[in-house]
Amino acid sequence: MRHMLNPLDFSVEEIDRLLSLASDIEHNLPKYAHICDGKKLATLFYEPSTRTRLSFESAMLSLGGSVLGFSSADSSSAAKGESVSDTIRTISCYADIAAMRHPKEGSALVASQMSSIPVINAGDGGHQHPTQTLTDLMTIRSLTGRLCDMTVGLCGDLKFGRTVHSLINAMVRYCGIRFVLISPDELRIPSYIREDVLKANHIEFKEVNNLDEAMPELDILYMTRVQKERFFNEEDYIRLKDCYILDKKKMKLAKETMYVLHPLPRVNEISTEVDNDPRAAYFKQVQYGVYVRMALIMTLLEVEKPC
Amino acid sequence: MLNISGLREGIVLDHIEAGRSLDIYYHLGLDKLECQVAIIKNARSSKMGRKDIIKIEGGLDKLDLQILGYIDHNITVNIIQNNKIIEKKTLKLPQKITNVIKCKNPRCITSIEQELPHVFYLADEQREVYRCLYCEEKYGK
Repeated sequence: MRHMLNPLDFSVEEIDRLLSLASDIEHNLPKYAHICDGKKLATLFYEPSTRTRLSFESAMLSLGGSVLGFSSADSSSAAKGESVSDTIRTISCYADIAAMRHPKEGSALVASQMSSIPVINAGDGGHQHPTQTLTDLMTIRSLTGRLCDMTVGLCGDLKFGRTVHSLINAMVRYCGIRFVLISPDELRIPSYIREDVLKANHIEFKEVNNLDEAMPELDILYMTRVQKERFFNEEDYIRLKDCYILDKKKMKLAKETMYVLHPLPRVNEISTEVDNDPRAAYFKQVQYGVYVRMALIMTLLEVEKPC
Repeated sequence: MLNISGLREGIVLDHIEAGRSLDIYYHLGLDKLECQVAIIKNARSSKMGRKDIIKIEGGLDKLDLQILGYIDHNITVNIIQNNKIIEKKTLKLPQKITNVIKCKNPRCITSIEQELPHVFYLADEQREVYRCLYCEEKYGK
């Protein structure tokens, strides 16, 4: 039995198979409509989430399975003081697979150690969010046809942005990847990513402040939100929140083949006037998220691919 | 010059950094043993200037060498039988340590799940970096 706790739990070849399956699902959706008939997904969400929980539920329903669960700690036994270990042992009796979001880092690992069903980490605090990374990889692969030989720009909050750290970790495993890290000095990438991941893997990268100057060389622009909840000081948040706003004018500087991704929700870092640009891929990314979660559920449940 | 009687059978932990012997005494749980234990502090050493030494009567089964390797892998472990050193064990940094150090990250699951063991793994041998198994936070010695 396998779990998905960290995007690096799967080898490049395994991720490749998973993304190929997700792509087949995208193009042959009806073929998969009953592949998980009778199977149940438990969604254990100890903190609020719109996209991730609904994406998991949509994925399981699209496979013919059913869904049960809770969407806040208040409506679960956690409110009575039950441990994650006890909750997952109980849920293992009710469902075939579980997706869990919890504010504490490492909670999904604890669940997996006690579980008799596969556990998917749907976000454990600021630590890992592997299905977002798989979604990002699938979006890039589907739109560009590759996961190698490209320049990826990461823009905004690179210090606290968990999705950015995960994506860098996942993409350094492919050849010919170059990063342009665009952020204000206060929100630069943490030193352990710079030293232990980028430099240790001999990855070409540069750190810049100016988005306009970086635009022409990018194949992918990954925008992120400056997250209010990460700041202790309101003044710092207000000063930094609008430092990069992607608009039509900036999009004119980009290649015709560049794509804009964003893990969502956005606040104002991407102007709505960009939404109709064919290179705006952030809502397609949401759709790819469902396909990739379908593929992941099938893989972990060891369901045979239909002929 | 202080004289401590010889050890017929037991273990001598030599080359302990001066001043650390009491930490090691408690980390190894020597306070819970009923055998004789001698702690020598600030002994003169040609190699270290000053060093601490611990002499423990009895067999090696009393010691968790993994913990000792984490605390200070430069310590020499001498096994004594019939008043002679029959083996010198060198210590390595253990790949995993359990319930020796605690994760200090307030966002880690170990901060709320009281029964969980505190497990750290060796993430970088060269830089002697240990990370929490759950949250991957680096532990600063």
